[in-house]
Amino acid sequence: MISDATKARFDREVAKYPADQKQSAVMACLAIVQQELGFVSADSEKVIAAHLGMAPMAVHEVTTFYNMYNQRPVGKFKLNVCTNLPCQLRDGQKALHHLEHKLGIHMGETTADGLFTLQQSECLGACADSPVMLVNDRSMCSFMSNEKLDQLVDGLRAAEGK
Amino acid sequence: MTVENVLSQFRATGVQTCFHDRHINPQIYAGLNGNNWRLKDYEARGGYQALRKILGKDGGEGLTQDQVIATVKESSLRGRGGAGFPTGLKWSFMPRQFPGQKYLVCNSDEGEPGTCKDRDILQFNPHIVIEGMAIAAYAMGITVGYNYIHGEIFSAYERFEEALEEARAAGYLGNAVMGSGFNFQLHAAHGFGAYICGEETALLESLEGKKGQPRFKPPFPASFGLYGKPTTINNTETFAAVPWIIRNGGQAYLECGKPNNGGTKIYSISGDVERPGNYEIPMGTPFAKLLELAGGVRGGKALKAVIPGGSSSPVLPASIMMECTMDYDSIAKAGSMLGSGAVIVMDETRCMVTALQRLSYFYMHESCGQCTPCREGTGWLSRVVDRIVVGQGRPSDLALLDNVAENIMGRTICALGDAAAMPVRAMIKHFRPEFEYLVEHKTSMVAAHV
Repeated sequence: MISDATKARFDREVAKYPADQKQSAVMACLAIVQQELGFVSADSEKVIAAHLGMAPMAVHEVTTFYNMYNQRPVGKFKLNVCTNLPCQLRDGQKALHHLEHKLGIHMGETTADGLFTLQQSECLGACADSPVMLVNDRSMCSFMSNEKLDQLVDGLRAAEGK
Repeated sequence: MTVENVLSQFRATGVQTCFHDRHINPQIYAGLNGNNWRLKDYEARGGYQALRKILGKDGGEGLTQDQVIATVKESSLRGRGGAGFPTGLKWSFMPRQFPGQKYLVCNSDEGEPGTCKDRDILQFNPHIVIEGMAIAAYAMGITVGYNYIHGEIFSAYERFEEALEEARAAGYLGNAVMGSGFNFQLHAAHGFGAYICGEETALLESLEGKKGQPRFKPPFPASFGLYGKPTTINNTETFAAVPWIIRNGGQAYLECGKPNNGGTKIYSISGDVERPGNYEIPMGTPFAKLLELAGGVRGGKALKAVIPGGSSSPVLPASIMMECTMDYDSIAKAGSMLGSGAVIVMDETRCMVTALQRLSYFYMHESCGQCTPCREGTGWLSRVVDRIVVGQGRPSDLALLDNVAENIMGRTICALGDAAAMPVRAMIKHFRPEFEYLVEHKTSMVAAHV
């Protein structure tokens, strides 16, 4: 079910568009659900569909088309490391490998404690900051040397008491 | 420490990319320091004076719609998103007398690999985009606009929303802007990870709440755009250039650059340079000067190749690139495109086949799947380059790559297909011996000789 607070966030997005074009808010509503619940479930899609007057399948089409929507649960922290060419030239690939080693998982996997999911990503639009990574869709971390990657992972573990 | 505290340590400050003293006569990035993005700071830099001027709120008579468009035409401002289409001409395509709703859209879906200039504009000077959009809306008789921002730079989206609130509260947006008869409602929207949405019709689909699959053109957005209504779409940097043009005149802007290539342009330099970052410099500046501003090739190595306008633009060898000036016409004459102004620099130690491998994977990953030549062709390109890199290439593979690329180009709804094919053909054209060596020897020529 959907809380009043979430509904208020939805409505703030809906208000940006013409009254007969509520569907335009679907991208933002899905991002809001993901921020609050960690991923987009079929139930969440139905709730959004009902709220925006869309068919659930039309919402699902959006969820599955865009790279950043999580279609299944991920770790508490989703780490997306850019490895596209400009980043590849400045250690983006190395950063991904370092994290694989540090976390003991391969890209695409989640740590056993459920804390981290590691993914390779396409261009984040911060090419001059390479190596760059995105944490939980909304926090860009720049110039991520191996040392900083260690600080980040250790810091997040500590913040979670692990 | 809280999670937020941990993450905040790694946030980019913009010092390396934007607040350095290596711009040349900057207009958009001038005077920025990261803390002066708010409305009062922008006004102190002369912000919103151009909007006052056209509305006649500066003591003058104001400018008519035609005068604004004529000024932009005179400036020779060309679209900064990649196509380089003359902005004033595009604005004149909008059917101003159309009786229904018309829309203005800003394309901030900055996902072309190598490009990171709009992010710094949105974060550190958001009001310049708002003012530019308001002027454009006035000129074309538009009352509603959206700025669609790359989902990966979420903090820029949040920053832009804050700036919108400020502009509304100050009367620069909304009904009766600054007490005039001009109304303009502006909102921000965000993507969520789809390169294709940088294509303008895919962006419109996404803004309508759908998969971002490009539309067939014609009809063009000027007649059938957002919600089927007449729509003008410009890039972030294009809008950001407009206030200066209105304040100083079209001729003055043109004179900042070179004929047919007016003004300054922001170049994002990435890859093998000492100081990657954004550099705002006059159009027509020699590439050698830009490279020097970026500290030269990293580690004192020799320059090998440059992708001059984002990953979709054909690669150019150092010898050709060093003769170019940074403007639409010079780069086009050299056989590539200025594109978004994203300059990807590669030094002598780089294997061009490996570089192409990463790009080809990207285009396969981001093909929206709508057109068969692109959906299937990008997969072929990626897989064939892959097998060459791992030493399983066949002598016929270069001809095969060329054949697949040939069969993609011009056969798809949007330019992503061409964008996937062009780098392949350019890489083979300029660096053919590297591909042949790898096929024959199962190992990179560069690794063997450097």
